Amino acid sequence: MTSTQSGPVSYNYDIIKLFTIAGTFWGIVGFSVGVLIAMQLAFPVLNFNVEWLSFGRMRPLHTSAVIFAFGGNVLFATSFFVVQRTCQARLWGSDGLHKFIFFGYQAFILMAAFGYINGVTQAKEYAEPEWYADLWLLIVWGCYFLVFLMTVKRRTEPHIYVANWFYLAFIVTFIILHIVNNLAIPLRLDGTASYPIFGGVQSAMIQWWYGHNAVGFFLTAGFIGMMYYFIPKRAERPVYSYRLSILHFWSLIFIYIWAGPHHLHYTSLPDWVQTLGMTFSIMLWMPSWGGMINGIMTLSGAWDKLRTDPVLRFLVTAVAFYGMSTFEGPLMAIRSVNALSHYTEWTISHVHSGALGWVALISFGALYHMVPILWKKSDLYSIKLVSTHFWLASIGIVLYITSMWVAGITQGLMWRSYDKMGFLQYSFVETLAALHPLYVIRGIGGIFFLAGACVMAYNFYKTIQSKNV
Amino acid sequence: MFKHDKIERNSILLLILTVIVISIGGLVEITPLFRIETTIEKVDGMRPYTPLELAGSKIYKREGCYGCHSQQVRVLRDEVERYGHYSLAAESMFDYPFQWGSKRTGPDLARVGSKYSDQWHVRHLINPRDVVPESIMPGYKFLTERDAATSGIADDMEVLRKMGVPYSDEMIQNAVSDSQLQASSERESAALIARYGKKINTRDFDGNPNKVSEMDALVAYLQTLGTFVDFAKFDHVIEQENKK
Repeated sequence: MTSTQSGPVSYNYDIIKLFTIAGTFWGIVGFSVGVLIAMQLAFPVLNFNVEWLSFGRMRPLHTSAVIFAFGGNVLFATSFFVVQRTCQARLWGSDGLHKFIFFGYQAFILMAAFGYINGVTQAKEYAEPEWYADLWLLIVWGCYFLVFLMTVKRRTEPHIYVANWFYLAFIVTFIILHIVNNLAIPLRLDGTASYPIFGGVQSAMIQWWYGHNAVGFFLTAGFIGMMYYFIPKRAERPVYSYRLSILHFWSLIFIYIWAGPHHLHYTSLPDWVQTLGMTFSIMLWMPSWGGMINGIMTLSGAWDKLRTDPVLRFLVTAVAFYGMSTFEGPLMAIRSVNALSHYTEWTISHVHSGALGWVALISFGALYHMVPILWKKSDLYSIKLVSTHFWLASIGIVLYITSMWVAGITQGLMWRSYDKMGFLQYSFVETLAALHPLYVIRGIGGIFFLAGACVMAYNFYKTIQSKNV
Repeated sequence: MFKHDKIERNSILLLILTVIVISIGGLVEITPLFRIETTIEKVDGMRPYTPLELAGSKIYKREGCYGCHSQQVRVLRDEVERYGHYSLAAESMFDYPFQWGSKRTGPDLARVGSKYSDQWHVRHLINPRDVVPESIMPGYKFLTERDAATSGIADDMEVLRKMGVPYSDEMIQNAVSDSQLQASSERESAALIARYGKKINTRDFDGNPNKVSEMDALVAYLQTLGTFVDFAKFDHVIEQENKK
């Protein structure tokens, strides 16, 4: 059953190339909109009094562009890359089906984005696309699931590699989350609007069951799949512990699902659900760190490569950020900490240490690894530019998350501070005014991060154009 | 002895086990919320939104207000002092979906109803910095220029009724005229009160008598937020239960 007997397998790289280009493009779009809305909070004049440029409509555009358009395309690209190579099998299905998945997914992104700008939304965070876009995504995602599963099934390796467990869990769990949270009745079949079938407290619970597992599966499990392939590959070392990866996989997917209610502490959601959510969120620390340790310790005996290979530096720094934000997450899920942190910029800081530090950095690392292979070049156009990107991104992340930590804690403390007479010390707007300089610093951090992504795009362009085969 | 090796060699087994493992948490946390009676308190005063308020809630969602404003006062001392009585599950029972939000770039709005005048809201929505100089909220001047989409609002009420919102046939039939009635001053509102109860604001919210604008609808919605439940009575009942 080894691949050497049947000769080299011919992989389908064409579809991966498309997803790679799309991921890079949407990354830059998503980060740009992020910079715009960050600056709108510092300088409200940037809303321009134009309805479709206002913060309220741009914010879902930003979150969807980075999660689904950037993250999603990178997940498609890397999962198709990893599944073919680790299964020693060509991607299942016809080229037409693969093209349908690619163009179908881009069509979903455009449908969603065009909707947001025009105020078409389900008003549920990270599930804003309306019913028609949701149905379309379900069809595309179903095809994705089929192609991935069938490729695993036709593998010529006896074992399914650990990265594929995570990819598979991410793909199938997202189907369930997507269907349940988007159950809705359209107002009219020729219209855009709908009402969800769940309302009030139940819709809150279902929304955050979805919302937290969009993080847990879309933005974690899938990207953990990347970690388990690209780090060992780049470090040229086997995964640190096979047993740990088994433990990591089952405990992570089991526990993550329970964590949603920590978004609803002290609200009118019943206490018993809040307590369950908090308990499982704290437990989640262990599998998260198990995964982090497994990723980082894979470098045992290859630490020197961090000095010479900036691509590996991206991958490993990403895992370090993963460790940091998965420590911070359980901390913030503790009810009494959440009392301070919830509704503040601390949450925004936490989300971005995950999104910029973990998701984006590991994506960049994976893309840098794949591009020369996909386009059959000897190496990237410039390793030095990879290093430049690394530092731009790192400075950007540090500015972003530290400014929002300070902002969040400032806000949280000011909201609850009392004067000597026992009255609330600050009006709401005083607490807002205190944040202005921090909003500016955050925006500058965003510009650094965006600049780094532009350097990457340039590097890709030059690599693809180069004649170094 | 069981070997993990078995799962690693069988993709369908891996898939099935994964689906089972990821289903448990959601089932345990979500399904009881539809069965346990105490999940939503029994309170007096909750009513469905009037057609005009419903049109306003749609504008609230369309503009993504929930991205910066929560509608959920937590059971914390400073929040109760700043915003008012902590929120009850019953208060969002007619919100499809809930609008609790997750971020307070601006203040909580769960109890903003009747706190400010209509005029304040209109000026604030047109240009927030006219009334709150430090505000970073976008301006929504265009709301004054547009007609509120009340002509199709009966469709919305029909769909919401399917979910369990208690809209009567009469309410749905009179949706268009009710929204005009609620947004105009100096007119008899007995019919509206008969349908929706006494806690209803009927007046020309945006100060422009010539049309029922989106501003009318949004302000009508904002002015009802958190005003339905009679808390004197609710707190009394809770106190009695605690004594037991």
